[in-house]
Amino acid sequence: MKFRKLVLATAATVVGLGTFAAAEIAKADEQFFPMLVYRTGAYAPSGIPVANGFRDYYTLLNKRDGGINGVTVTFEECETQYKTNLGVECYEKLKGNGPTGASLFNPYSTGITYQLIPKASVDKIPILSMGYGRTSAADGRVFEWVFNPPATYWSQASAVIKYFSRRAGGYDKLAGKKIVHLHHNSAYGKEANPTLEVLAKRYGFKLTLVPVDHPGQEQASQWRQIRRIKPDFIFMSGWGVMNQVAIKEAGNIRYPMDQFVGNWWSGSDADVVPAGDGAKGYLSTTFHGAGSDFGVHADIIKHIYGGDAAAAKENKVGEVLYNRGVVNAMFATEAVRTAQAKFGNKSLTGEQVRWGLENLNITQETLDKLGFKGMVSPLKITCEDHETMGPVIIQKWDGAKWSYASEWLTPMRDIVRPLVEADAAAYAKENNITPRNCN
Amino acid sequence: MFYREAGQFKTTYQDDQAVFPVLQDKAAVFLLILVAYAVPFVADEYWLQAIFIQFLVFALMAIGLNILMGYAGQVSLGTGAFAAVGAYACYKLTTNIEGMNIIVAILLSGGCAAAVGVVFGLPSLRIKGFYLAVATLAAQFFILWLFNKVGWFYNNNPSGTITAPPRELFGVLITGPSASPEARYIVCLTFLIVFAWFAKNLVRGRIGRNWMAIRDMDIAAEIIGIRPLQTKLLAFAISSFYCGVAGALMIFCWLGSAETEAFDLVNVSFRVLFMIIIGGLGSIGGSIMGAAFIILVPIFLTNFPPMVGLDISTALQKHLEEIIFGVMIVFFLIVEPEGFARLWQILREKLRKWPFPY
Repeated sequence: MKFRKLVLATAATVVGLGTFAAAEIAKADEQFFPMLVYRTGAYAPSGIPVANGFRDYYTLLNKRDGGINGVTVTFEECETQYKTNLGVECYEKLKGNGPTGASLFNPYSTGITYQLIPKASVDKIPILSMGYGRTSAADGRVFEWVFNPPATYWSQASAVIKYFSRRAGGYDKLAGKKIVHLHHNSAYGKEANPTLEVLAKRYGFKLTLVPVDHPGQEQASQWRQIRRIKPDFIFMSGWGVMNQVAIKEAGNIRYPMDQFVGNWWSGSDADVVPAGDGAKGYLSTTFHGAGSDFGVHADIIKHIYGGDAAAAKENKVGEVLYNRGVVNAMFATEAVRTAQAKFGNKSLTGEQVRWGLENLNITQETLDKLGFKGMVSPLKITCEDHETMGPVIIQKWDGAKWSYASEWLTPMRDIVRPLVEADAAAYAKENNITPRNCN
Repeated sequence: MFYREAGQFKTTYQDDQAVFPVLQDKAAVFLLILVAYAVPFVADEYWLQAIFIQFLVFALMAIGLNILMGYAGQVSLGTGAFAAVGAYACYKLTTNIEGMNIIVAILLSGGCAAAVGVVFGLPSLRIKGFYLAVATLAAQFFILWLFNKVGWFYNNNPSGTITAPPRELFGVLITGPSASPEARYIVCLTFLIVFAWFAKNLVRGRIGRNWMAIRDMDIAAEIIGIRPLQTKLLAFAISSFYCGVAGALMIFCWLGSAETEAFDLVNVSFRVLFMIIIGGLGSIGGSIMGAAFIILVPIFLTNFPPMVGLDISTALQKHLEEIIFGVMIVFFLIVEPEGFARLWQILREKLRKWPFPY
C-alpha cells in the first residue's frame, strides 16, 4: 500500500508539473536578463549586494521609465553558490527564457565565465564579464562574444603598480621593493600573476605570490609568511570571506593598512566592516563611486523602497558591490538600448544584443541623464577592444565610508595589450579560431 | 503475479549463470536501456546537459567507489582526487598528442587514475576503517594542491583552468562547446552501461568474492588463501579506474572546462559517498539509484516552488532545498538503512508473492 501511494503521488506530481510547463505562454516585447547569483554559501557576503544591485536597477527601469524604450525588462535569479557545476545548470536553465532567449550573461565568477566562453559563440548569447573573467577576452577579434569592460585584471594590476610607484616616488624607486600578491588560489586569483611578473622584471621589484586556498577562512600560514617577508606593499585578489579574514589578519600583525591594496573585488563594505577599527585606512581599487549619493540611488530609494532610506540600507544600497551591480545592469541595459536603435524597440536576441555591446558608447551625457554623474567614467567599446582599458582609482576606507584616495590611473596599455593579444592568439590557435578582421 | 518465475527452466549452465537469470528482470533492464537511449529524442537541452549527463557521470563514479567501499570494504574519501587525475590526464593526453582517439584517451586516463589509486591504496594493508578514510583524505588534498600548483598539468595557461578541446568520434563531435548534448549523452550512457555491466560481472566472479571475503573478515580471508595486498590494491586500482574515467567524462562531456575546485572534497568525494550510502553499499544498481537521488532531488526541490507559482527569494529557495533534502536523507536512512538497493529487493519479493503474501 505504501508503495502504491508513493507511485500515485509521483505520477500526480509529474502530471502537475507538465500542466504548469504548458501554461507558460510567451509574452511579447520583453527583454529577458538571466541572473546567476550567489546569495548563499561562502561567497554570499560578496554575492548578495551584487545581486541586489542588478535586481533594483532592472526594477527601477520598469518603474521609472516603463522598461527600455517601452520594452519591459524581465529577469530571473538562479543560485550558483559560486560553484561551476551549479553555474552550468543555471546557464542551461535560463538561456532559453523570455520571448527571444537570454540577452546576455553576467556570470560573476571567473570560473563560470571560463566555462561559458566557448558556449557563448555556439548559443549566440554574449557574456558581459565586467572587470573579471578571462583577461585576453579583451581582444575582440578572437573573443567575438565576450566583453570585459571597463578594465581587466591585467590592466588593473598595471594601474596598481603605477600607484605603488607614485607612493614610492617614481618608477625607479620601485627597484628592490618587496611586493606580495595575496591571491585566491583559483582561475580568478591567479589571473593577475603573469602581468605582475612582467612588471616585476621591468621595474625590478621583488614579487612574492602567496596563494590562499578556497574559501580562505584560514590564512594563518600565509600571514606568517608575509610577516617574514615584511613587504613594502601587498596587493590582494580575494573574494568572499577571504577578504575579511585577510584584513583582520593584517590588523593582527599590525601591517600598515595604507600599504595594503585590494583589487576591486576585495574592497566592499562587507570586507572591511567585520575587521572593525583595524580596517581603517585599507585601500582598494575601483572603477566607480561608492555610497548612495548619486542620482540613480535617489531614484532607487524613491521608486523601489518608497523613500525608506533605512530599508534601502538594509538591502545594501550604496555599498561598493551593490553599486557595481547597478553599474553592470546599466551597461547591460544600455547595450540593449544601443541595439534597439538598429533593430527596433522589441525583444532582441542574444545576437542583436552582442551588436549593441560591440557598439556600446556611453557618453558623459548618457551618464548624466541616467543618474550616474560622477559615478562611472564614459566608455566606448570597439570591435577590436572589448575592454576599453578604462581608468582605475584607489579608494580608502575610513571606518565608515569609502572615499577616493588617488587620482584616476590609466592602465599601462603598452605593456598589457601585447600580453592580451599574445594570449588571445594562443587561444585562437588552440581552438582553431580564425580571428576576424575589425577594419 | 508480475514476477512469477514459474515455468522459466534453465537448461544450460550459461543460462543459470546469466547476470539477470529471471526473464522479467532481463526484460526490464533491456527496456530501461532502450528508454535511456531514447531520452535524447524527447528531452530538451537543459535536461540533457545539466541533469542527465551529470547523473551519468556521477553514477559511474558511484559504481567506482562502491567497488572499493561496498565490495572490498575499504573506506575512501579520495574519489574527487582520482576523478581529477582522470580529468587532467585526459586533458594532457588530448592536447599534447596529436590525433589521439578520444575514447582511447579517456580509457588511458582511467589507467593513470588507477596507478595513482594503487599508490594511495598502499596504506590500506596496515590501516583500516576510519583511519584509512583519513589516509585517503591525504590523496584528496595532495593531488588537488599539486594540480593547482604545478603549471605543467594545465599547460601553463594563466588561469589554471583545463578546457576540453573539440574531438570527434566516428565523424561526430562529442567534446568541446560545439558538440551536441545528444552526442555527449550517448557517449556517457554507453560508458555507464558497459562499465556497469563489467562491474556486475566482476563482483560476481572470483575477484568480487575475494573482495567480499576481505571486507567481511580479512583475517579469515587471509587464512583461506586470499592475498590481502593484491586483493586490496586491485580494488583500489579498479575503483580509481572508474573514478578516473568518470572524471575525464566530467570535464569532456559535462562541464567543458574546470579548475581543481570542481573536484573538491564536498562537491565530489562526499557527494559520491552519500550516493552509495543512500543507494546501498555493495550494489551496482544501488549506486545508480543513489546517484539519481542525490542529483535529481535537489534540482527538483529548487525548481519546484517557482513551478507551482510560489514566489520566494532565491536564497530562501536554496536554504529550503538544503533543509528538505537533509530531512529526506535522514528519513530514508531511518526507514531503510541499507539503501535503495535493499528497498528494491523488498519490493521485488513482495511483487513475487502478490497478491497472496505469506
